[in-house]
Amino acid sequence: MKHTISVLVENHAGVLSRVSGLFSRRGFNIDSLAVGVTDDPEISRITIVADGDEHTAQQLEKQLNKLIDTLKVKNLSEGEFISRELQMIKINANAAQRSEILTICEIMGAKVVDLTSNTVTVEICDTTPTLKRFAELVRPYGIKELVRTGVIAIEKGSESLKTK
Amino acid sequence: MTEKIKAAEAMVKCLEQEGVKVVFGYPGAAICPFYDELYKSDIHHVLVRHEANAGHAANGYARITNKPAVCIATSGPGATNLITAIATAYADSIPIICITGQVSTDQIGCDVFQEADITGSAMPFVKHSYLVKNAGDLPRIFKEAFHIAGTGRKGPVLIDVPIDVQQAVIKYEPVEEVSMRTYKPTFKGNTMQVKKIAKALDAAKKPLICAGGGVFASDAADELIAFAEKSGIPAVSTMMGISLFPTDHPLYMGMLGMHGVKTANHAVSECDTLILIGARVGDRAVTSPSFLAENKKIIHIDIDPAEIGKNIETDIPLVGDCKAILNELTEYIEKKDRSEWLSELNEVKNSVPTENETEGYVNPKMFIRKLSNALPDNSVCVADVGQNQIWACNNFNIKKGGRFLTSGGMGTMGYSVPAAVGAKMAAPDKEVVVICGDGSFQMQMMELATIVQENIAVKIIIMRNNRLGMVRELQTKAYKDQQIAVRLTDGNPDFAMLAKAYGIDSMSVSNMSEAEEAIGKLAASDKPFLLEVNVFKNESTL
Repeated sequence: MKHTISVLVENHAGVLSRVSGLFSRRGFNIDSLAVGVTDDPEISRITIVADGDEHTAQQLEKQLNKLIDTLKVKNLSEGEFISRELQMIKINANAAQRSEILTICEIMGAKVVDLTSNTVTVEICDTTPTLKRFAELVRPYGIKELVRTGVIAIEKGSESLKTK
Repeated sequence: MTEKIKAAEAMVKCLEQEGVKVVFGYPGAAICPFYDELYKSDIHHVLVRHEANAGHAANGYARITNKPAVCIATSGPGATNLITAIATAYADSIPIICITGQVSTDQIGCDVFQEADITGSAMPFVKHSYLVKNAGDLPRIFKEAFHIAGTGRKGPVLIDVPIDVQQAVIKYEPVEEVSMRTYKPTFKGNTMQVKKIAKALDAAKKPLICAGGGVFASDAADELIAFAEKSGIPAVSTMMGISLFPTDHPLYMGMLGMHGVKTANHAVSECDTLILIGARVGDRAVTSPSFLAENKKIIHIDIDPAEIGKNIETDIPLVGDCKAILNELTEYIEKKDRSEWLSELNEVKNSVPTENETEGYVNPKMFIRKLSNALPDNSVCVADVGQNQIWACNNFNIKKGGRFLTSGGMGTMGYSVPAAVGAKMAAPDKEVVVICGDGSFQMQMMELATIVQENIAVKIIIMRNNRLGMVRELQTKAYKDQQIAVRLTDGNPDFAMLAKAYGIDSMSVSNMSEAEEAIGKLAASDKPFLLEVNVFKNESTL
């Protein structure tokens, strides 16, 4: 099963390579990894989506906790959470195809961010399955380029991922 | 009070502040500012002959003092040579501080002379590492490094210091306290769990202790014995746990595992409750953890939460420092008569197999028993890796106060001589004896020079079978005896003569009566001594 894990770390140089190095060293498979600074500029938040059973997820949490720069690890998949990912796609589109593509965008909640005579570039922010569905819908026109940020996630409810 | 000094001098002051008396190292251009300041210090620098050996020597020193020990290397190849020693310390949770020089900050990434990304390359093997960019951070970093290396689950910490950072002038103020919001290891075991464990052990018919290197890390050997003696529970040890119990302790059943003794493995397979203390259930110690988990009640005590449930499913887990936990456990545990269980084990123990002697050779197992009985009780035995290691593990009679060191987790050949140098520097009054093979000795024989230069009476036994014996045996058993790349015969030097070239007393023996005479000389000598013991090439490990 997929596990979405949030990690708060010290915002130091090299922390990300420690985290990613740990995954390859311990043989964990990760689907995505997204990192950004939090409201506290000294703390970064890493969101990891990883595949594995319960034992793997537990080991992952424990090994992440062992890193000296780690402040907090939480497996969000144990509760309810919201996850989002941003995707940008540059699609082949001549004048005739443009309106069809724009209709798909409207229905799927994607936004056009750039237009040329033979391409249309759109962004869509949603859950990973929706991003994949959108990509499939526009694939027949020809995808020139596709880029995704990786998932970020936050717990539902009033609780926050406080530092330990 | 704040003074302005060179950062390199601050590094030395930081070491002095931590009480460091001896460091092991090998200089080079990028670490020269630090060495220049070390010149003025009372810290004794031991010049090893290869950087890996600086790390192994620090490892031996740390294991005897139970405090972080320091090794130093220069940038590039000096630093990369350290990696095996760092990995060795990491696998056995030994606290060492590795200080490396690095090229100037503005040149990092330009592939300049002797540049290597050592923090990057050593990342999988360190507990933590620092690449120091700001000289003003050095006092804090040194304080943190010693704290991280020596607390929680111990391990190596690397500090990589670019040469311009060493040369910078900083306002130096000693850092007295560590303040880290992220690193807070759990020390105290949960009392409810301790009581639960005591209850489970009281209820068990055939309980068994399995003690590992973590008990040494926690300085809890006495507490372990007290616990075993009150509860009457027999014990086995992992390789890293050898010498927690004296070999002849009535409750001690020897080393378990792939290369362990019959009694210990019988005890593990027959027990109903197994209490693992400071042991990480490594694959050589516990070959089929799932079988144990299904058939026994497993209790696991470890300071590292990640070890619980990593290799074996646990019925009662307990995270914490085992010294305090053992004291508490001893308080709660009932005194019990376990004579039936013990006599079952003793029956196995007493069925010792007969041993053969081969004409013109010395039986290594008999030799090691004789050697250990001729040495003082508190001797330190440092075994290398290979057949020699297993012979030593299972035959060196540990007495009260004795200590056994070896590279358990990583199985690093070339560990024993430098580790013995470190151990001897830490305990000059104790007899320190190396047991290695002719293969492993040749990975470390440059350290004879260090022994002579430091004038320390390290005693070295080379088990010469003219083979890489462990691999030879594997090829015999698993590869139809097709032997390749295991023959040392033609290249092997006359080891006794080699020692003489260094001015080290030496002997070579080929039968037991010669060996006995040599043991007498070796034990009586207060100088370094090398003894070549000729062993039959097909001698078995077990």
